Amino acid sequence: MTVSCQAPRWLTHCLLAVLTMFLLTTARATVIDSYEFASPEQEAQFFRLNGELRCPQCQNQSIGDSNAPIAQDLRREVHRMIVQEQADDATIVQFMLDRYGDFVLYKPRMNTTTAVLWLGPLVLLLLGLLVLWRLVRSHRSQTSGLDEQERAALKKILDDK
Amino acid sequence: MKRWKLFLPLAFFLILCVLLYKGLFLENKTELPSALLNNPLPTFQLTTLGNPEQTVTREDVTGEVFLLNVWGSWCPTCRAEHPYLLGLQEQGVRIIGLNYKDDRTEAQQWLRHGGDPYQFNIFDPQGKLGLDLGVYGSPETFLVDKAGVIRYKHVGVVDNRVWQETLKPRYDALQKEAAP
Amino acid sequence: MNPELGLFALILATCLAILQSVAPLFGSYSGRLPWMAAGKWLAAGQFVFVLLSFICLVVAFLTDDFTVSYVANNSNSLLPDIYKLTATWAGHEGSLLLWILTLAGWGMMVSVRCDKLPPELSARVLSVLGMVSVGFLLFILVTSNPFARILPFPPQDGADLNPLLQDVGMIFHPPVLYMGYVGFAVVFAFAIAALLGGQLDSAWARWVRPWTTAAWCFLTLGISLGSWWAYYELGWGGWWFWDPVENASLMPWLAGTALMHSLAVTEKRGLFKSWTLLLAIATFSLSLFGTFLVRSGVLTSVHAFASDPERGMFILAYLMVVVGASLALFAVRAPQMGSRITFSLLSRETLLLVNNILLAVSCATVLLGTMFPLLVDALDLGMISVGPPYFNALFVPQVLLLGLALGIGILLNWKSGSFSKLLHQVRWIALVSALGGVAFALFYAERFIVSEALAMAVVLWLVLTAGRDILDKTRNARQKMSFMASLQKLPASYLGMHLAHLGLALTIIGAAMTSGYSLQRDLRMSPGDTAWLGQYQFRFDGVTQMQGPNYVTNIGIITILDDQQQPIAVLQPEKRVYSVRGMPMTEAGIDPGLTRDLYVALGEPLGDDSWAVRLHVKPYVRLIWLGSIFMALGGLLAVCDKRYRIRLKKNKTNLKPGIALGGQV
Repeated sequence: MTVSCQAPRWLTHCLLAVLTMFLLTTARATVIDSYEFASPEQEAQFFRLNGELRCPQCQNQSIGDSNAPIAQDLRREVHRMIVQEQADDATIVQFMLDRYGDFVLYKPRMNTTTAVLWLGPLVLLLLGLLVLWRLVRSHRSQTSGLDEQERAALKKILDDK
Repeated sequence: MKRWKLFLPLAFFLILCVLLYKGLFLENKTELPSALLNNPLPTFQLTTLGNPEQTVTREDVTGEVFLLNVWGSWCPTCRAEHPYLLGLQEQGVRIIGLNYKDDRTEAQQWLRHGGDPYQFNIFDPQGKLGLDLGVYGSPETFLVDKAGVIRYKHVGVVDNRVWQETLKPRYDALQKEAAP
Repeated sequence: MNPELGLFALILATCLAILQSVAPLFGSYSGRLPWMAAGKWLAAGQFVFVLLSFICLVVAFLTDDFTVSYVANNSNSLLPDIYKLTATWAGHEGSLLLWILTLAGWGMMVSVRCDKLPPELSARVLSVLGMVSVGFLLFILVTSNPFARILPFPPQDGADLNPLLQDVGMIFHPPVLYMGYVGFAVVFAFAIAALLGGQLDSAWARWVRPWTTAAWCFLTLGISLGSWWAYYELGWGGWWFWDPVENASLMPWLAGTALMHSLAVTEKRGLFKSWTLLLAIATFSLSLFGTFLVRSGVLTSVHAFASDPERGMFILAYLMVVVGASLALFAVRAPQMGSRITFSLLSRETLLLVNNILLAVSCATVLLGTMFPLLVDALDLGMISVGPPYFNALFVPQVLLLGLALGIGILLNWKSGSFSKLLHQVRWIALVSALGGVAFALFYAERFIVSEALAMAVVLWLVLTAGRDILDKTRNARQKMSFMASLQKLPASYLGMHLAHLGLALTIIGAAMTSGYSLQRDLRMSPGDTAWLGQYQFRFDGVTQMQGPNYVTNIGIITILDDQQQPIAVLQPEKRVYSVRGMPMTEAGIDPGLTRDLYVALGEPLGDDSWAVRLHVKPYVRLIWLGSIFMALGGLLAVCDKRYRIRLKKNKTNLKPGIALGGQV
């Protein structure tokens, strides 16, 4: 028993190394399927979804960009759902969510976890506008604090430029 | 402007560094948690690997705690974990195989040569059940309880460390749970 | 012997860099001129030795010295010579050496031009650059020695260069990109020197501006080269993927763009000093941060180098020291606000603030989106992905807002403007832009796309306001001379600004048209098959097999005909298999054109002589890169503006405390 356990351990590591090499090397060839569609809209939907779903196995690639077996399977499934079931985007996305979880969505769902992600930039923008407003006010409300002499010096320097 | 505000960038940066530090040592960056965790095993109707005539459904596998091991004869890492699974079977662990996107003859041949740790194998040549289970690479091993609910998923090779540290404690605990 | 020489040179360079970071700084505080002047020679010496070391590595590649582990991993005797050269920077170690060489190069340039600066300032700038160098030199020596040997049993031949990198893009993209990344180190050094010396005035801003703009030009070109390369090399037809590594280059670009604009305000008006300093620190910090992302493997990316937590730890520690220390220095020494300089709501100052806020927020958006999956994972909240749909949804509106602000800002004067004058200037422009955008989206395609209408309206707005401004500025001169002659009377930096903004407009057109109106089909084609895509007919004429220098290739032949059946182009997309690594590679066939690219990629053989083929029509995609070339040229024009050089001399004598505008910190 122990012997049969030890052997696969190192073997596993070698194999894993080979396997990951394989994954990396196949990742770069272009993915081209030859699916047929009933309408250009369906074709567009297919490409759109391919870009929005992430391949669960790969380094940061969409299923449309990856040649990994799982990406091929998922593309086939997306195509099947579009052509046979006339499924809309939401149905297909939910289908993938049920099986692979949030990881497959390149566009994260809005929930308590991702609220920061979606609203953060907006909050920052508002904050920026607030700062802007205060800055403009503080620089405007003061009547110029320079006396005549300073103002002349300033003007001279400015004009020099 | 208050002087303390000038410390905000520094504070933000330090928080970012903590995150990056944690990020460096995060394990399993490529391992996805199962979306089916604590969900019932999906229904299916497939044949067994041994007999193309014999259909098998969800009801045929559930009832007792078992490991559902997703494998294929085309998958080198599956071959690597195979001997350990044989050992588990000897210890009386119930393992059901999901032969995933494989060729029936080649899979049967592999089991004949390498030994068969499985109670039986669900034959899933199209990867249909695999898709419903959210399988994205083999081997993957699901732990299913008596009620047929998926309680844990391990991605990658099951070896002694994985079994002793993660799977066995859960497996034993589930054994103790009352049947539904 | 040669690799050891390289290593030895690197060690010597490190010693010089250590001296460079200490001696001039010491001199600047103790007032010893010789110590300060030493910085110049040390920077030059450091550059010479790093260059020597780099040449040693290049020679090792060109002579197929496979006893050097880095060469063995990234080259092969069959590799064409030009790619042996580029393989020098194809992996982690060599690209790090290139980074260091670039840094030393910028340091050298500073040392050449620093005679015109006050000696304390130039001494401190060189010291800070020395410190930055020391970190990277130690990094390469401790964790990533490119000269490590495999002895006593070196491999017979090398493992070959990744086929993806065997491309002309590899010759230019990394060096130019690094010139940009690292160029901001100079600006950073100026900022730290200003904080140390407590002198931050218009003169300082004027010295920093050309350096900033120069670095920015390189970064712009580098990013756009990368985008262009990905476009034709990956065969996916995309030009920007929002991958963490791409984002890592975009963040310093956004911060650097904000910095250029805020420097303008600091120079002209003496405002926003601490903000400018913070941006200068942030821009270079983001460059370093990008290095960390690419080399530590902390995020999963298609482009990243092999991950290595040890290297990650080193860079993180380095990042903490450099960025942490500078931000702490900033917190303690940054000039307090409350300047008495005034400006009104309708002034160029306000609009440049808007520009900075928008750029800062978009930079923060990219940072947030890039880091968020890691954050969620680190907090054990699951695994999520953030990708193109997120970034497009949030980034694009910010760019459009930026365009709107730009148009107004261009027309406004410094200090104060009048609302009625502005209204008078823009009312027709606004109307024409809005109507033009809508009309375009209505008539260009069958389907009305709101974002396209908005984008085109913004483009019109940008171009028309710029045109209006140029007409206004040349009004007096035009009465005496021709329009072109009067243009030449305008300062180069002013023309450069408009050129760069025109570039932005072009890039927006390209991006909007490509994302809205691209056509794509994936097909199975047998010889003789034809397919229509828009107004183009693609005819598949079969595949021939050929032998390349280090690969076997299948070349597809696709003839493109217009609607009169006249041939437009014959494209030859390739599917290569590189012999050493057995790796398949796609070479797209592209018929480039200003108004559209016809883009074809060859997939797998499907039996019976038929192949999977991908066809694209990409309208105006070239404008994306043409626009960035315009931006870089605009920057170049601004750098060449005479006033930077004349002023440098004048200010040398002028630089006495008190005269400098608001110089006290």
